[in-house]
Amino acid sequence: MSEAPAVRLVEVHKAYRRGAQRVPVLAGITFDIAAGEFLALMGPSGSGKSTLLNLIAGIDQADSGDVIVAGENLARLPERLLADWRATHVGFIFQFYNLMPVLTAYENVQLPLLLTDLPRRERRAHVEHALSLVGLADRMSHYPNELSGGQQQRVAIARALITDPPLIVADEPTGDLDRESAADVLHMMQALNRELGKTIIMVTHDQRAADHAHSIMRLDKGVLWSNPDDAAAVQPAGQG
Amino acid sequence: MRAVPLAYSLRNLWTRRLTTVLTAGGMALVVFVFAAVLMLDQGLKDTLVATGAVDNAVLIRRGSGTEIQSGIERAQIGIVEAQPQVALGAGGTALASREVVVLIGLAKRGAPDSVANVVVRGVGAVGLSLRPQLRITEGREFRPGSDEIIVAHNIRRRFEGADLGQTLSFGGRSWRIVGLFDAGGSGFDSEVWGDADQFMQAFRRNGYSALVVKLNDPEAFDAFLLGIESDPRLTVEAKREPVFYADQSQAMSTFLTVLGLALSIIFSVGAVIGAMITMYAAVAARVGEIGTLRALGFRAGGVLLAFLLESLLLSLVGAAVGLAAASLLQTYTVSTMNFQSFSELAFGFRLTTAIVLKTLAFSLVMGLAGGLLPALRAARMNIVEALRAA
Repeated sequence: MSEAPAVRLVEVHKAYRRGAQRVPVLAGITFDIAAGEFLALMGPSGSGKSTLLNLIAGIDQADSGDVIVAGENLARLPERLLADWRATHVGFIFQFYNLMPVLTAYENVQLPLLLTDLPRRERRAHVEHALSLVGLADRMSHYPNELSGGQQQRVAIARALITDPPLIVADEPTGDLDRESAADVLHMMQALNRELGKTIIMVTHDQRAADHAHSIMRLDKGVLWSNPDDAAAVQPAGQG
Repeated sequence: MRAVPLAYSLRNLWTRRLTTVLTAGGMALVVFVFAAVLMLDQGLKDTLVATGAVDNAVLIRRGSGTEIQSGIERAQIGIVEAQPQVALGAGGTALASREVVVLIGLAKRGAPDSVANVVVRGVGAVGLSLRPQLRITEGREFRPGSDEIIVAHNIRRRFEGADLGQTLSFGGRSWRIVGLFDAGGSGFDSEVWGDADQFMQAFRRNGYSALVVKLNDPEAFDAFLLGIESDPRLTVEAKREPVFYADQSQAMSTFLTVLGLALSIIFSVGAVIGAMITMYAAVAARVGEIGTLRALGFRAGGVLLAFLLESLLLSLVGAAVGLAAASLLQTYTVSTMNFQSFSELAFGFRLTTAIVLKTLAFSLVMGLAGGLLPALRAARMNIVEALRAA
């Protein structure tokens, strides 16, 4: 019996309103992402890749269709429970790091743990471990503005994995970094995938970044397609 | 529901120090006015309540309201003094002070054209001993049957010719000041005292203004009152001394409270709008952070609480500064006309624990009113749109 996919999308539709106009973004997307996968989602601006990522991360809801992540159909969860679900199942990595500027690296990484029942001492041990994993054990008391872009993104990675979520979503994680820092971050994500078994979905414009993934999916005008030239192209399931 | 850490709210206030100081400053001003009014009212009450001793009863003519307007015939005085609840002194005489209270006009020190009403109280032989809070600080007591008077320190400070050894002219006679007294912050601190019978002659009075009696037991007041009220020969009303003087402050206390609260409410609207603008700006500047907190799993209620807390912290800073400034007023004495006795009354600002708590609550309500709408906006923000703004 094959393992259940980490993510399953079935006939997912999503549209936005622009004034009186309804702009379709996702048009019947259906596909699976296996547990432990490192998937790059590519496509031109406005193709719907960030929307797709938001649906999978549980911060947006589909107009129709099922978004099943870690066995939970997110379309059926009310926002209150969705917040709890995100806290335990998803780690976020953003293009601009999205750290709280008034909190230290330690406090930023600790944020998601404040949503758990862990006692202070255990939280401390977890945060120290996560920061040492990303090579910032000596920067715990630094504020974001005292860190370089690459270091800030590493703090964000530590924050994303602090609750040990099965899924990590990254929206243009290297978009604001120089080449060297970008490579560092991508290697770190590869390590998270390889060594900790995290399922990673990364939205990127950058082919070099996408090449670090196991597989690449392309999205254009709300429809998934695969490029046979991609080293590890994923075949989408039947499109709507 | 898990809360966003307190450090997040605190440090954000610190980060935008200037805005924090300006907004809290506006709130502090309102808190200052609010606390000052309550302190003034408390000072007034304390002054007049301190004027009385719990085992003393004051009697005035029924319906007269104040000592100034009262008149009690000598025959009635004798009946009251004969009541069994009245304490007896040496020689079996009743511990009762027959008093004459009149108003005179005195020129204010440094402003001879400005005249204010001052209470002149003529007391009986035991008048001073019935008021243990009153002590002679300079000079000596007046001699019964003489034209000697003693004046309170407040009177000496505020009026011309009221120093020890000087004479005051009223009632067609000159009165020599032989002593200065301190009445422990009570209403007597705004009075001139002398012999009751001398004042009766000078002011051509046939009856006394009031009678103050010492009861042999404070618990005996109800029986004493029953005896007074049930005697058809008497047309007087009796009150415990502290109650009598507290009632004298009622109109003024109400005036101060209504005026002060009306001012506070008007000012507080401005402060609330100020806090609201500050908090809306804080929310607008942190849209991305709000989106991130929500994405990480903090619920809308947690975000609402964080911004509300920030607004409440602002109001607490305002409360602390406002209260600190208001507490300095305790060194200041206000002198004003008591509407009920038409006399000059001096009293201070008094800060009590109850006033501190009321002021804190008032300030927190301002913080809540100013922060609620911005906090609701933050909590209702769409996560995706908020993250897009980051």
